[in-house]
Amino acid sequence: MSVGSASLDHAGRSDGVLNADALRADARRQALGLLALLSPGLFVVFALIIVPIGWLFWLSLFDETGELSLVNYARFFEQASYIKTFATTFKVAFVVTGACVLFGYPLAYMLSQLPRRAASICLIFVILPFWTSVLVRTYAWLVILQRKGLINNWLIDLGIIGQPLPLANNFAGVVIGMTHIMLPFLVLPLYASMKTIDVDCLCAGMNLGASPAATFRQIFFPLSLPGLASGVVIVFVLGLGFFVTPALMGGGKVIMWAMRMEQATSLYSNWGAGAALGVVLLAVTLALLSLFQRLLGARATGVWSRR
Amino acid sequence: MSAENALPISHWQRLWLYLLGGLVMLFLIAPSVIIVIMSFSGSTLLQFPPEQWSLRWYESYFGSVEWRDATIVSVKVAVMTAIVATPLGTAAAYAINAGTLRLTGAINALLTASLIIPVILIGIGTFFLYALIGLNNTLTGLVIAHTVQALPLVVLTVLSGLRSYDMSQEMVARSLGAGRFAAFFQVTLPQLRFSIVSGALFAFITSFDEVVVSLFISGGETTTLTRRMFNALRDQIDPTIAAISTCLIVLSIVLLSAAQLFGRGR
Repeated sequence: MSVGSASLDHAGRSDGVLNADALRADARRQALGLLALLSPGLFVVFALIIVPIGWLFWLSLFDETGELSLVNYARFFEQASYIKTFATTFKVAFVVTGACVLFGYPLAYMLSQLPRRAASICLIFVILPFWTSVLVRTYAWLVILQRKGLINNWLIDLGIIGQPLPLANNFAGVVIGMTHIMLPFLVLPLYASMKTIDVDCLCAGMNLGASPAATFRQIFFPLSLPGLASGVVIVFVLGLGFFVTPALMGGGKVIMWAMRMEQATSLYSNWGAGAALGVVLLAVTLALLSLFQRLLGARATGVWSRR
Repeated sequence: MSAENALPISHWQRLWLYLLGGLVMLFLIAPSVIIVIMSFSGSTLLQFPPEQWSLRWYESYFGSVEWRDATIVSVKVAVMTAIVATPLGTAAAYAINAGTLRLTGAINALLTASLIIPVILIGIGTFFLYALIGLNNTLTGLVIAHTVQALPLVVLTVLSGLRSYDMSQEMVARSLGAGRFAAFFQVTLPQLRFSIVSGALFAFITSFDEVVVSLFISGGETTTLTRRMFNALRDQIDPTIAAISTCLIVLSIVLLSAAQLFGRGR
């Protein structure tokens, strides 16, 4: 194979030392060229993500008078409202992740067992919501769940309930809306990993006398765990920082982490407080992701690269 | 690998699984279907199915200067984002795929960072930065910010295209005397075009649907459609939004089908 053809041919006719130099120069040129290709992309990311976040981190270390202090972080432990926000956020993220596993696992399992054509048709039901605006889906759930929404209207018309059920503008509404948005993030990686499970392993189990349930429990389920873990991590992490659905469906009662950040900066112009919240949120997010990566050696961003 | 003739379990025994899966699929698709149907309702009340039908919410959408302006802003920004993010992401994917650079893992992580980092933090950070350099409420600012959001999708899409492409073809072209650029544009690019077009479509839709960052950095004459929708939803449930939502759903379907069609050409 002719790597770096021109310079190699040229140097090949000279002695060995010159050849090595030419090769090294060629490799260096190659590396520089690749770096040049990367640089515009890296530059925008650096300028719009790394620089502002570093800046916000710096800001979070000062109090309102400009003195270096940890007051912005101390607040998290002292003020009951912050503690409540964190508790709510983790509670929502846990419940949503649990609901996604509960609904997503059977769906992914079904998709993995269906014939190819049927599976690709059913997959549309997962992919279309995945690419539909979060705002559109949140609006849909508002229409369905609110006081005078579709579900309450139906149930009242059918005479099942007398008073409308509180489904939106509360914890339940946030959980339902977020579960709908997060479900594809769990199903897609889980389905992809289930597809890689060798059917022969399952057949072997059944040949040796295992019942279908035992085969599933002892062979299929353990093999699907890495995919499940990657879905769980991504859903949980995205859930912690979620903004749109709790802001629109929480009715001001469910205050999550990201909403607190928005309030601190937009409403009170308290950059230090908002920045400190952001720094801790980022730290938690990255800690969870790196823990996951260390344990399973896989990247959680895989969900976006397969469709 | 076809499961149905390998495992001695009939579809009949699996009925419970299909029922369960079907219910989850219904849960996933029902909201979109309901909104599309509701958008043709003739009444301001939320009735499903609607008792009378009309196009009044579409008239209210297209007839409103504010909604129209916001739509135009969003389209402009999304087109520009696709135009900027696609070459940037393709170039980066090409370099990552070569794999000869050190720190490829770190570079990959950095380029895909915006998928993982809480978007609210990116929104606040971008607003803060733009306040200093005067890019808030500008189209340029929106395009740059959306490019950061769209870049990872282009990188990942093109990278998956490159994985099924044999780079030695480009080497052959170069050994036959083609320059670096000629080899890329005449040999590699034509074979990657499907992934690149898919990447561009994803960039467009990412920008068009982006909410959180736009909430912070757009306003006044550059208010995006999603920002206006978000504010409208905070106030009250205006059925006009059902008509807009239907348009967004149709846009998603069209772009996804296009991406799928292009993907099949590979």
